Amino acid sequence: MKTNDVILQFTAKLVFFIIFFYAVHIFFAGHYTPGGGFVGGLVTASAIVLLVIAFDIKTVQSIIPINYLSLVAVGLIIAGGTAAFSMFMNEPFFTHYFDYFYLPLIGKTSLHTAALFDLGVYLVVVGVTMTIIQTIGEDE
Amino acid sequence: MFLVLCMFIPLIAALFMPFFFKKIRSIHTGWFVLIAPLFLVIFYASYVPIISKGETIIAQFDWIPSLGISFVSYLDGLSLLFSLLISGIGALVVLYSIYYLDRTKEQLHNFYIYLLMFMSAMLGVVQSDNMITLYLFWELTSISSFLLIGYWYNRDKSRFGALKSTLITVGGGMMMLGGFVLLSIMGETFSIRELIEIAPELATHDTFIFALILILLGAFTKSAQFPFYIWLPDAMEAPTPVSAYLHSATMVKAGIYLVARFTPIFALSEVWIWLVAGIGLLTLFWGSFFAVKQTDLKGILAFSTVSQLGLIMSLLGVGAIAYHVDGAQDTIFKYAAFAAIFHLINHATFKGSLFMIAGIVDHETGTRDIRKLGGLMSIMPVSFTVALIGSFSMAGLPPFNGFLSKEMFLTAMLSVKEFDFYNFSTWGILFPVIAWIASVFTFIYSFYFVFKTFTGKYKPEELPTKPHEAPIGMLISPVILASLVVTIFFIPNVIADTFIKPAVVAIQPFLYTNPDQVDIHISAWHGFQPELWMTIGIIVIGFLLFLVLSKWQKMYEASPPKLTLNNLYDFIVYEFSDKWMRNFSGLYMTGSIRGYLAYMFSGIAFIVIGTLFIKDGFKVTFVGASPIRISQLLLILVLVIGTITTVFAKSRMTSIIALGAVGYTVSLFFVMFNAPDLALTQLVIETISVALFLLAFYHLPKFQKVEERTRFRFGRAFVSIAVGVMVTLVALSAHSQKYIESIAKYYKETVYSLAGGGNIVNVILVDYRGFDTLFEITVLAIAGMAIYAMIKLRLSKKGGKL
Repeated sequence: MKTNDVILQFTAKLVFFIIFFYAVHIFFAGHYTPGGGFVGGLVTASAIVLLVIAFDIKTVQSIIPINYLSLVAVGLIIAGGTAAFSMFMNEPFFTHYFDYFYLPLIGKTSLHTAALFDLGVYLVVVGVTMTIIQTIGEDE
Repeated sequence: MFLVLCMFIPLIAALFMPFFFKKIRSIHTGWFVLIAPLFLVIFYASYVPIISKGETIIAQFDWIPSLGISFVSYLDGLSLLFSLLISGIGALVVLYSIYYLDRTKEQLHNFYIYLLMFMSAMLGVVQSDNMITLYLFWELTSISSFLLIGYWYNRDKSRFGALKSTLITVGGGMMMLGGFVLLSIMGETFSIRELIEIAPELATHDTFIFALILILLGAFTKSAQFPFYIWLPDAMEAPTPVSAYLHSATMVKAGIYLVARFTPIFALSEVWIWLVAGIGLLTLFWGSFFAVKQTDLKGILAFSTVSQLGLIMSLLGVGAIAYHVDGAQDTIFKYAAFAAIFHLINHATFKGSLFMIAGIVDHETGTRDIRKLGGLMSIMPVSFTVALIGSFSMAGLPPFNGFLSKEMFLTAMLSVKEFDFYNFSTWGILFPVIAWIASVFTFIYSFYFVFKTFTGKYKPEELPTKPHEAPIGMLISPVILASLVVTIFFIPNVIADTFIKPAVVAIQPFLYTNPDQVDIHISAWHGFQPELWMTIGIIVIGFLLFLVLSKWQKMYEASPPKLTLNNLYDFIVYEFSDKWMRNFSGLYMTGSIRGYLAYMFSGIAFIVIGTLFIKDGFKVTFVGASPIRISQLLLILVLVIGTITTVFAKSRMTSIIALGAVGYTVSLFFVMFNAPDLALTQLVIETISVALFLLAFYHLPKFQKVEERTRFRFGRAFVSIAVGVMVTLVALSAHSQKYIESIAKYYKETVYSLAGGGNIVNVILVDYRGFDTLFEITVLAIAGMAIYAMIKLRLSKKGGKL
């Protein structure tokens, strides 16, 4: 007998976006309030896991066609690259730069290279978590 | 410079030998080898007139100048004599080996490379003035001896003998290195000459006696003294030219050389005299006693070599007595060192020829077993003559050189009882007595060797091949040596003036400064002295005992085979080192992770708690501690309950859940202690890890999925309590002793102005100390990839191919 998961699947579709945007929020808010790349990445991964539970791995893979191992690599490159960038400016490894800008629509905003580094952390965490869950899940 | 190069000439020649062997097949490689020792013997002979006047020649080549290590070629009477022996007998042995080893059947290039390597090493040992290079060459002799003994490497006995000799001689060499290092620390130089100059000052050091014993250990192992002689009989598995060269004439005399060379430094020590003379005498007796037991020709010669080396060694020991006697130049004490050098030359000549004869007999009859041999006199007349000369010289009969040195040996031994220091007046009488008994046995085995082989009944049916006289080339070397044996008897004083006196000056610089001062005249007839009566006694008793040899030779079999030194060696190497040590490591290397964890945890707990109390580091104050709130107590209660449940739960599922509860409580603690970032992360991570635990639980194999409680083990409980106590004590002490202010203040002040952020935790993670974070995400990435690899790459199970 095939069970009908219509309620779960419908709820998951909605809740996925709520969780995902919450993850984006704590990622960006990290520099001033609790949060950051690590927790943001974990929460994002949990949103995807929710989809995996409601549907199945293959379906989710076709919706979000990302190779998570490549995501890990990209994350490491971004993090390492951000850290290495300052060396081209004749300053020590891992020197960050920040300033305040007036952006259209958003207004006065602080732009910080630390955010780029955090993005690397975020991608690695999402990639690793999903790799682990996916490989274990696909294993017979 | 050229003198230093000369030490390396054989080594350089060795480089070309494979070429000669591979490209020029029609000529025996030995002919090419012969050039090197021939050149050297002529070259060193050209120094004889200079050195015999008492001059010394020195050449130096710096190797590691910053450490004071250099190749020094120092030629005085002693080293020149040894150099001539090495190159001279080397040339004869090479000549002999040309006829002994078959050009088509043997790996000649290997043989001659090892032999030339040995020759270089030996020249280096006797000429080096620098102790470090002396040690270098010393070990090179051990290595080349190892290679030569194991030359027929497909025979088990060869490999056994090679291993045994190497273990013993290299072990002794290591000891000797220790002695050298101690000496160089005391004297602040590696040069033996400079050490001799400050010898009395050296003796005041505390470590002087250790250096003495260590160097003696090196000399005793190399020169096959008691109880280290056991490698020499087993080394007889080497080809006979090797036995003749290394194990009778040269390498085994390296220890003699070392003792002679260091006599000026150590002679003032009583221990030195007692050890060298005593062990030498013991070896002399022991070797001669057991030589009669042997049935193998080379076995007899090996024990005979051991015994003769003991004789020389004891003479050197007695020679050191001269240091303690005023005006020893005019007394009977002057003879010992002289006799030692004289007998060294004589032994090299007659023992070399005897070994070559043993090789000839082996080569021509196919056996070395004395029980199968007999009646070869008429078949091999030349060999018999040479063997007779050699044996009679070894037995100490006139008109052969052994007679002269045996007389001087007895003179020296008789002198010991007149020495009234260090208990010698009471125990000194033992020296001539033991020497006399040993000489009787020497007489017996010398006769045993020659007459059992060449006279008696001819037993052709027991011999593997039909015997005939050896080819002329093979006989040249033993005949030359045998004629030397006779010649030396008739012109002993020429030999003494040219070789012995300069060497004695080198051994006893405290007595003489010039060879002319050594006023010893060797005479074959010295009147009816006690020595002569002793010799007559040796001959009479020895001859009588030889006649009834078959009656009492069985006596040797009565000694229990368990109580031999060889058995001790076998026990140490095969039983103790191999089995017992394997069992011992098996005791603690169990392969069980639990066992190793127990070692580690109990070890660290023991060390840390011990250090804490030995260094008086334990302190507890509650100054600056925060007040305790009810909510915290409640959380701790939950935490403790969760922990206890985890440890004592019957089902694994309960343990996992309880562990989760502990994790969530910890995250509540983070909330309570104002760490929102930690709390968030802890919450999510705890969830994931509990999920992974459940996954692992779900996949446990069914047949082992028995639900049972963790068994209680007292040892484990003890170790875990100890570790807990350790962590608690360290945490309390660390908290009670804060010496420097926290760095947190700086972060707090600069988080906005310098880093442009508000969340200190996150700014520290990505900015102040982003380096850590960079590698933590690398760790995560590696973990992810490892899990991926572990699960996806299971080739061995699925395909069976790697």
